[in-house]
This record gives sequence, structure tokens and C-alpha cells, in this order.
Amino acid sequence: MTLVLFVFLNLIIFNVLADSALAILRDKIDISVYFQTNVSEDDILKVQRSLASLSEVKDVEYISRDLALQSFKDRHKEDQTINQALEVLGENPLSASLNIKAKDPRDYPVIVSYLNNENLNNLVDQVTYSQNQLIINRLANIAETAGKGGVALTVILSVIAVFVTLNTIILTIYSTRDEIGVMRLVGAANKFISGPYIIQGVLYGILAAFLSMLLMVPLISVAAPYVKVLMPEVNINGYFYSNLLKLTGYQLGFGVVLGTVSSIIAVRRYLKI
Amino acid sequence: MISFQNVSKVYNSHSVALEGVNLTIQPKEFICIVGRNGAGKSTIIKLLIGEEKPTKGRVFFGPYEVNKLKPQEMPALRRQIGIVFQDFRLLPTKTAQENIAFALEVEGRPQSEIDEFVPQVLDMVGLAHRARNFPHELSGGEKQRVAIARAMINRPAVVVADEPTGNLDPIHAGDIVKLLLKINELGTTVILVTHNREIVNSLNRRVISLDNGRIIRDEANGKYVLA
Ligand SMILES: Nc1ncnc2c1ncn2[C@@H]1O[C@H](COP(=O)(O)OP(=O)(O)OP(=O)(O)O)[C@@H](O)[C@H]1O
Ligand SMILES: [Mg+2]
Repeated sequence: MTLVLFVFLNLIIFNVLADSALAILRDKIDISVYFQTNVSEDDILKVQRSLASLSEVKDVEYISRDLALQSFKDRHKEDQTINQALEVLGENPLSASLNIKAKDPRDYPVIVSYLNNENLNNLVDQVTYSQNQLIINRLANIAETAGKGGVALTVILSVIAVFVTLNTIILTIYSTRDEIGVMRLVGAANKFISGPYIIQGVLYGILAAFLSMLLMVPLISVAAPYVKVLMPEVNINGYFYSNLLKLTGYQLGFGVVLGTVSSIIAVRRYLKI
Repeated sequence: MISFQNVSKVYNSHSVALEGVNLTIQPKEFICIVGRNGAGKSTIIKLLIGEEKPTKGRVFFGPYEVNKLKPQEMPALRRQIGIVFQDFRLLPTKTAQENIAFALEVEGRPQSEIDEFVPQVLDMVGLAHRARNFPHELSGGEKQRVAIARAMINRPAVVVADEPTGNLDPIHAGDIVKLLLKINELGTTVILVTHNREIVNSLNRRVISLDNGRIIRDEANGKYVLA
């Protein structure tokens, strides 16, 4: 049972991790619209406003030609040839652009089709999607599959845990069967007879919940640095400790349910109640 | 208050335990049930307390039709019948007084009542000085008296004793019978199953004789006669 709850806890934490990883990555998807160099800033700002008014759009960032040049220069500070080429050109070769972020990655096609309308076509030089989309979809799939596997594992282990608990309780029932017989003869109600076994099952659940939380402590501290390297934004250590109460609550709930189910089955089958 | 109407019990195809038993027991009666080993005496008791269901016929106890009771209705019936077995059936982990108190606890009686009744009943069966002993520290006769005390503590309408004197010497057996008579005088119906000829003959009460699952004799002031 402890093992089941442990897996269950891992599943929760894994889901939290996967969700935040996806959220971080989603934030990195955007569409960039590059304008012809002769388009005026006013026109671009007009487009920006109209895009911002779309319900699918979360955020539109305007990057002026100067700004683009600046960041281009910054990125290629060390590269002499590029710097020389820029000087030779004399004027700014870069186009202004709008970076568009959608509220939901699935809305990008809508935004793209909006950008393809006629009015904009003669202003726009090109539209690029960042390559992230593909990776993100893949990651989402992996996370989903792993999540499903975790759920399946939890279910399978739950069934095993119920059987193990069931057996323990059946053994107790068996070893106290004379006592149960006497209780029956004296006229003990079923509740009175089965109560202690149900309590036994519930206690197993509670014990397993606390054990699984204890097991998680070393695992978290081992895993936290690795997660930090992969995703600096995610702090599972912090997540674990700040949600300690909530997680313990989940574990207790799940454990008590498992324990109760097992003991009720045991009592039903072997006390014929 | 108790009646068996044309009751038959077949455990399996080759053992017929009871056949066409008709029997009526009035309140406050003291009856003996006698018969050879395997005659069906214990089976009558089991049908009465709902431990077994009749194959045919109906069993009534007061307002209950025992053969139709659901499992969850059984406890109510059992609380009106005090049962004493040949093998005592005491809980080995509880002292004499705890064993007796147990019958009240399962009914959810308050502790104050338990504290009041248990010593009274222990006194009545003459075991006040053994209250804190465990069953393995008691003699057979003492254990049997604890069992009787437990059977009578919640003032059941009927006390059933299935061979309560089976492994007691004649003196202790006599004590048990005196105790049962005392319970009967207090207004409780007593059903005594026994093999003991002297007891039956000295009681001079109603005797029901069983043979091969049939009632062969039912006499108001009966004697122990077989076949
Ligand atoms: N649970 C059972 N399964 C099958 N047969 C049974 C069962 N209980 C009793 N019997 C049979 O039913 C018959 C009557 O048994 P019962 O226990 O009523 O006899 P009894 O009169 O109490 O005998 P004794 O004097 O030995 O206690 C016997 O033939 C016995 O073998
Ligand atoms: Mg018998």
C-alpha cells in the first residue's frame, strides 16, 4: 500500500512538473511578422492594435527597425565581418516586426489566416513561426503518455494493495473467528463485529500515507538539483514543501479509500454481512 | 411463544437431521430435550437461533418468523435468547466479568449499567470471587457458570442450554441445574438439552424425546426414556 501511495505521489509531482515544463515552453512559441522596410511605423502600430483586439491574441510586441538592429548588433558583437558589412551598407537593412503570442497554441492557425488577408499582404515581408511548436507538441505527447502510464501503474498497484490489505484483514478475521462466533451468538450487530476490521483497514491506509510521504523526502532532495538544471523555473523542492499539507491530504484520502475498500470487501466476503 | 411447524432439516442428501417436527413451547416453561447422539437436538437449537435454516416448515419465536429473518435482523433475535454451550464458548482473552459484560456491550448498554449488573449476576452464579480470572484459570463448572451468567445478563426471554452439564461431575452438574431452575423461577423460559438421565428424572418437567430426527415422545412430567 505504501508503494501504491508512493507511486501515486510521484504521479502528482510528475504531473506538476510536466505541466510547468509545457507552460514554460508554450510561452516560447510565437509568430513573428516582418514588415517591408518601407512601411511606416504608424501603419505597423495600426496592425499591432488590430491584432491585439483579436480574442485569440495574448500579447503583441512591436520591435522597431532600430531595436532589431540593436539586438542584432549585440548578438554579433564579436563577428568582425558582420559589423563591417553593416557599416558598408550604411543604412539599416532589418525590418520591423511584431511578435504575436496566442493565448492557446491551438489558436495560431487563426492568427496566421488573419495575417494572410489582402490588406496586410502588401505590407508584410514574411511571417515566421518559431520551430518550437513541433517540439512542444512532441513533449506534450510524451508527458501525456508518461502520465497515462503512471495512472495505469497506480491502478494496477492499487488493485494489488487492495488484495494485500484484504489478505491481512482476512487473516485477522480468521484468527479471531471464534470470537466473532461468540459475538454473533450474543447478538452483536454487524456494525459492532465489523467495526474493528474497518478501522484496521483505515489505519493501514493512514500509515501507508505517512510512509509514502517520508519516502518522498529523500527522493525529492536527490531529484531537485537535476530538475533545476533542466528547468530553472521549476523548483520541486519548494513545490513539495509548500504543498506538504495538501499532498499529505491527498495521500491520506487515497490511502483511507484503499484501506476502507479492502476491509469492506474482506468483511463482506468473510463475515457474510 | 416458540413454535416449530412441520419442520424438516436435511443437511445433505444422506443425513436427515429433523423430520416433520411440530413443537410449541409456552412462556416460562422448563423443558428438557433428550435423545441419542445425532438425534437432532442441537439442530433444533440451531434452527431456533437462526444459525441454520429449515429445509421445510416454519420456526416462530415471539413476533419473529426465524426462517425468514435477514442477517441484519438476527442480532435482535439473538439478544432475546441466552445460549449456553457444552463447550462454554467464552472469549479466552477476557476475564470472567469481561466475558459477561460483553453481552451487554454488544447491545450498546451504558457502562454504568454494566458496572451494576455484572457483579449482581456473578454473585447469583456464585462466582464473585472469580470475577478477574481468565477462562483458563477456571474449572469446567466455573466456566459453565460464567457462560450461564452471560446468557442471562441481558434478561432474555429464553435461555437455551445445549448439554451444559456434559463434562461436569454430578455435583457441579447439579449446581448448574439448580441455577437453571432459579432462572426459570425468575420468569425465563428454559430449554435444556441433555443426556443426563438423573437430571431429567429428578426435574420432573416436560420432556421431549427425539429419535432419528422425529419427536417420539412429548410428556408434561416426563422421564428419560429412549426408544
Ligand atoms: N453441519 C452439518 N452438516 C451435515 N450434517 C450435520 C451437520 N450438523 C449436524 N449434522 C447431522 O445431523 C444429525 C443431527 O445432528 P445434531 O447435532 O442435531 O445431533 P444431536 O442430537 O445434537 O447429537 P449430540 O447428542 O451428539 O449432540 C446428525 O446425523 C449429524 O451428523
Ligand atoms: Mg448436540
